[in-house]
Amino acid sequence: MTDLQEFRAETRAWLEKNCPEEMRQPMSEADVCWGGRNWEFQSDAQQQWLERMVARGWTVPTWPEAYGGAGLSGDEDRVLKEEMARINARPALQSFGIWMLGPALLEFGSEEQKRHFLPQIARGEVRWCQGYSEPGAGSDLASLQTKGVDCGDYFEVSGQKIWTSYADKADWIFCLVRTEPEAAKHKGISFLLFDMTSEGVSTKPIQLISGSSPFCETFFDNVKVPKDQIVGERGSGWTIAKYLLTHEREMIGATDSALFGSDDLVEVARDALGVDEQGRLDDPILRGRIADFLIDEIAFDAELARAKSWIRAGKQLGAESATLKYTGTELNKRRQELIMAAGGLAALEWDFADAEGDEKASLWLRSKGNSIEGGTSEVMLSILSKAVLELG
Amino acid sequence: MRLLNEEQVMIRDMAAGFLEEKAPVGTLRAMRDADQASDPALIKDMAEMGWFGMLLDEETGGVDMGAEAAGLVAEEMGRRLSPSPFLSSGVMAASVLRAVGGSEWAGKVATGEAVVALAMDERVRHDPGAISTTAAKSGNGFVLNGAKRFVSGGAAADRVIVTAMSDEGLALLLVDPASEGVERRALKTVDSRDAADLMFSDVQLDGAALLAMGAEAQEALDSALRVGRSVASAELVGVSKEVADRATEYLKERKQFGVTLSNFQALQHRLADLYTQIQTTEAVAAAALRAIDEGSEEAEMLSRVAKAKAGKTASLAVRESLQMHGGIGMTDALDIGLFMKKARACAEYLGDGECHGDWLLRQRGL
Repeated sequence: MTDLQEFRAETRAWLEKNCPEEMRQPMSEADVCWGGRNWEFQSDAQQQWLERMVARGWTVPTWPEAYGGAGLSGDEDRVLKEEMARINARPALQSFGIWMLGPALLEFGSEEQKRHFLPQIARGEVRWCQGYSEPGAGSDLASLQTKGVDCGDYFEVSGQKIWTSYADKADWIFCLVRTEPEAAKHKGISFLLFDMTSEGVSTKPIQLISGSSPFCETFFDNVKVPKDQIVGERGSGWTIAKYLLTHEREMIGATDSALFGSDDLVEVARDALGVDEQGRLDDPILRGRIADFLIDEIAFDAELARAKSWIRAGKQLGAESATLKYTGTELNKRRQELIMAAGGLAALEWDFADAEGDEKASLWLRSKGNSIEGGTSEVMLSILSKAVLELG
Repeated sequence: MRLLNEEQVMIRDMAAGFLEEKAPVGTLRAMRDADQASDPALIKDMAEMGWFGMLLDEETGGVDMGAEAAGLVAEEMGRRLSPSPFLSSGVMAASVLRAVGGSEWAGKVATGEAVVALAMDERVRHDPGAISTTAAKSGNGFVLNGAKRFVSGGAAADRVIVTAMSDEGLALLLVDPASEGVERRALKTVDSRDAADLMFSDVQLDGAALLAMGAEAQEALDSALRVGRSVASAELVGVSKEVADRATEYLKERKQFGVTLSNFQALQHRLADLYTQIQTTEAVAAAALRAIDEGSEEAEMLSRVAKAKAGKTASLAVRESLQMHGGIGMTDALDIGLFMKKARACAEYLGDGECHGDWLLRQRGL
């Protein structure tokens, strides 16, 4: 038996023994374990599962053991994911700390910062949010104006962020702040970490066209941030932000279509419209549009699979992540349009005030943001024009 | 972004080098102008590269390199519109001959000594299941009646594999087009390819003409269509990449209003969108070819999706490229028109999005 096969056998046995039955059921957005100071476990099973996975370092399997991970290799990590998928095990913990801040600290943080912050993330003790976009800085993120004034031992941070996911529930924020007002646009930004309970921080949830959302407006009114809570050098925040944006796009691209809505278009159409004597959807024109979509969707699945083997081969996606982000999100908008068309009048029944988020109408409306958040489709096309086609 | 191993890179580079010298776009243009649909010397040269035996095993005289390798060659052919019966004879007929086994014609295809075509379509849209041609038992042989249309490579073919209905279901028959009762009408097509209509009136065939019957015949035909669709997809990817590259280069050269066209965001974004479409298409075409080599159950579905997608993308690519070239793109002197003609024909041949989309939805119960 190779080492990897041995690892698989051990992993399978451990998961079989330690993953509670309740944590092997399909999950919705509401079942996610986000952790944090104020986290209330939804069940004993959820708590047990988290504690066991934390003890094993498997909430962040590839991070070094010293920072709360298990130091798994890429291959071992893949095996763990496969074995978890085999028994439908839910992720024990999800968070922006794991997805975003962790990778940034691993790449740019000081040893002290890594030892302090990373284990808290791994154990689900501190819940993070991301302070990037501002009302005046969307696609042109580097034009952000939230300022951090040098006051000796600390920066005094003032300004406003928007689209801060779960700001109202997060314990800490990693935040882009202009600390060098005299420097050029991209050189004046620092990457600061601070506690959301600090004096002067307030949040306000945002309602979307699709109903309630995790997004917030976040306000900073002379918030004192100690100077050792900066990641990297002063003025190097843009480098870190860019690194994370690429990372984020790769994640969006590499996620399975679950992210893009789980309603099966074919099933919706069949249930809503029925089939004729020959077994064909009883709406030939819509049937043609669905066929056209499915061809593109299956082709994109092949592209996603290709990207995954590219990453497994140890290569960076680089600008290619823009292709995945663009194609995947545009495809999801089409999927949701078709689901609404197939659902017809029945799909219109929807209560804005009481929207759960998993209704056809909610998903359809929400999908419109896919090609805006995380870099608009137009920004993706500009990236490809310049980085790949070398136009302009 | 495609991962190729060393051997695959070598196959691709050798194909590119050979075709650049022997069959660049100018070759097709010259053959069109000379009213010539086939070039026996070029076929011989390609056979020497081993291309016509890629899908035949060593027993049948081939080199057994697989569908992915054939796809790499086809993509380079697509980039240069290289005229050849590679797809019809070297890929599809060879696949049938390999599947049925025991035919001397397999070896002849591999060496380029003979060109064999596959005659299946009878309708104006690709539909290999719609067969009115009949093969009636007669002595130890058959009598063939019916007609096949748009037989790719059919004008120059030494033998034609004909699909016909017999008492025992589908029959695959190897027919000499020079036989009595066969009328062959060479067609002039928009893409200047070798194509012919074949009419059969009481054609007497002896028992040796039968390659396969019933389920075996169906399997042989299905496998040939599968690999044919996948290789054709790779060829269309080549067409798409070439016209996209040409448009990109043109935008960097052409000046209007005092700036090069590459500065206009409206054009940048259209080319970037096309680039993403080509990436997706390349991925699904490669997936289909690999599925065939791995004997995966997904191969049938992927080959159909790849063909449909490749046709759509190539159509977009040639339309965008022509538009971006402006007036000069409309002239016959520039090659873009030749690519557009190829893309149209190749998208139609072996089925397009409507054809395969219909199959896909039937599979899914719609």
